[in-house]
Amino acid sequence: MSIKKISKIQPDTFEFSKEILQEAENEIKKYPKGKKASAVLALLYLVQKQNENWIPLAAIKYVAKLLNIPYMQVYEVSTFYSMFNLSPVGKYFVQVCTTTPCMIRGAKKIVDVCKKNISKNQNELSSNKLCSWTEVECLGACVNAPMMQINQDYFEDLDENETEKIIQSLMDDKLPTPGSVKNRKNAAPEKGKTTLLDIKNA
Amino acid sequence: MLKDEDRIFKNLYNDLGWEIDSAMARGDWSQTKNIISKGKDWIIKEVKDSELRGRGGAGFPTGLKLSFAPKKVGSRPHYLVINADESEPGTCKDRDIMRFEPQKLIEGCLVTSYAVSAHTCYIYIRGEYYSEGKRLQEAINQAYKKNFLGKNACGAGWDLDIYIHYGAGAYICGEETALLESLEGKKGLPRLKPPFPALVGLYGCPTIVNNVETIAVLPTILKKGAKWFTSLGKPKNTGTKIFCISGDVNYPCNVEEEMGIPLKDLIEKHAGGVIGGWNNLQAVIPGGSSMPLLPKSICETIEMDFDSLIKAKSGMGTAGIIVINKDQDIIKCMARIARFYKHESCGQCTPCREGCGWMWRMLERMAEGESTYKEIDLLYNVTKQIEGHTICAFGEGAAWPVQGLLRHFKKEIQKRSHEEPIIKKKSNIPYLIDQHLLEKDNA
Repeated sequence: MSIKKISKIQPDTFEFSKEILQEAENEIKKYPKGKKASAVLALLYLVQKQNENWIPLAAIKYVAKLLNIPYMQVYEVSTFYSMFNLSPVGKYFVQVCTTTPCMIRGAKKIVDVCKKNISKNQNELSSNKLCSWTEVECLGACVNAPMMQINQDYFEDLDENETEKIIQSLMDDKLPTPGSVKNRKNAAPEKGKTTLLDIKNA
Repeated sequence: MLKDEDRIFKNLYNDLGWEIDSAMARGDWSQTKNIISKGKDWIIKEVKDSELRGRGGAGFPTGLKLSFAPKKVGSRPHYLVINADESEPGTCKDRDIMRFEPQKLIEGCLVTSYAVSAHTCYIYIRGEYYSEGKRLQEAINQAYKKNFLGKNACGAGWDLDIYIHYGAGAYICGEETALLESLEGKKGLPRLKPPFPALVGLYGCPTIVNNVETIAVLPTILKKGAKWFTSLGKPKNTGTKIFCISGDVNYPCNVEEEMGIPLKDLIEKHAGGVIGGWNNLQAVIPGGSSMPLLPKSICETIEMDFDSLIKAKSGMGTAGIIVINKDQDIIKCMARIARFYKHESCGQCTPCREGCGWMWRMLERMAEGESTYKEIDLLYNVTKQIEGHTICAFGEGAAWPVQGLLRHFKKEIQKRSHEEPIIKKKSNIPYLIDQHLLEKDNA
């Protein structure tokens, strides 16, 4: 759930590195003149990219200054949207979808595997400090349920064994190949297509 | 069944490759210049004649929407915004369009931008779709390289730039005015309408907001003609649609089919049937989680199009079909949906902010058999107080599934409820505060 706990340990200052600052400027260029504020979401993503997937308060101040908007507006945005982490998360941040379509196909088992192999409670670092997990709302891959997202990659068509394997390899600091674990072709029926049978590129 | 040649998304499963060359071999970008040269009025008229209805959920006629844009560009520029914030539980069609048919979307953006006089187009993608966004960006870059975008796009004399904007995990940003707020760099709180975005939208300028699928089918309609499109489906519910079939079926899948296809055909023919056989079916949510569920008796005969589903007191929504069989606890399933809405409510209107949590807590109690008969009527009362009393349609989306449950499964709830005890047991559950806050791991 999106409870935004602000970390008690905060760095004093934050600044974009040279490369990230360049990226940030490219993002700002996407929007019309005088509408820099639009880039706030993109910039907060860049903060997460640079700062191990979480946003310290100093970074919120920094982004506000960069975009010339009130600190409060950036703070509001970073607490409103669920994808911004205001506390440190694991290097591998596992998000398990548990909304109805995934729940029907057994998301609870996936959650149990996470509880067993990562940490007892969500948003808690694993013993080797590499992983953390959380329950999230629909991730929009319902046809490939149950599924989870690790950092930016989707892992689909999971079952208990496969999830355990994936999490074991995360604990060994290796990210497995994303996609369907059953080698299913995208969103096609598992047993074989029922449509588009002999379509070729004209 | 729909013939393969009439399907619009021929690369739905990525058998043919998503790159621009492969897409062009399938016919994308083939007559774009020709179409644009026929003029704005022709395009809008053709879309009106095709009777295409928006694929994002509300089913608003697309041609009419495009015609709302001011005819002449005044001092304020026009914008086209594509809503790719696909977060409705049960729906994953736009994801596959962005991954495997991006050129259809980009071509649609160009044609629509021309029709509404926009030189800038933003595609608002939900933040979780990071790799889909990356793929779309690659596709956009490929289109720029072929001069299909940018200055004098496609040689048709129209300038267009497309930018991708990532959301950050808020369901409410799929509502068009919340999406615009988010695009302006604020919290995604829906705006009061009117003024409608077509007149006062992004940065206060005229803006047309459309769903990915709506825009992606436009080029094909314009190429093959409105007549071809109306020959598919049923009157007023024309054309084809991508259905996402998930839940308790043997082979969940996305499939493009004609509008008005019987639900039973979809489940049996394409998704391999219900787990445990058709007789094991309990209910189906036909259009993404916001639409009321349908019990088995209605599922036998219902046809999947906007008007038939409205008649059955449900809705087409995004055509995300969630199948629930008898192995599932229907009340728990709906309680989970209520929790989703509780989590995603933006908190702007009190009925929705307070009501969604209230509905969730009541449903959880009903699932556990801790509720009284009185509460069933109270729950219905709460849904009625949310519906129609909020700024945006989120209130309806949250209230309808619960109303559907009460309409068709009231007996199931009554079975688990009991009379109010004469002597009230001292309860230590403080109902007035969010119960998830009590759980330590969430605090």
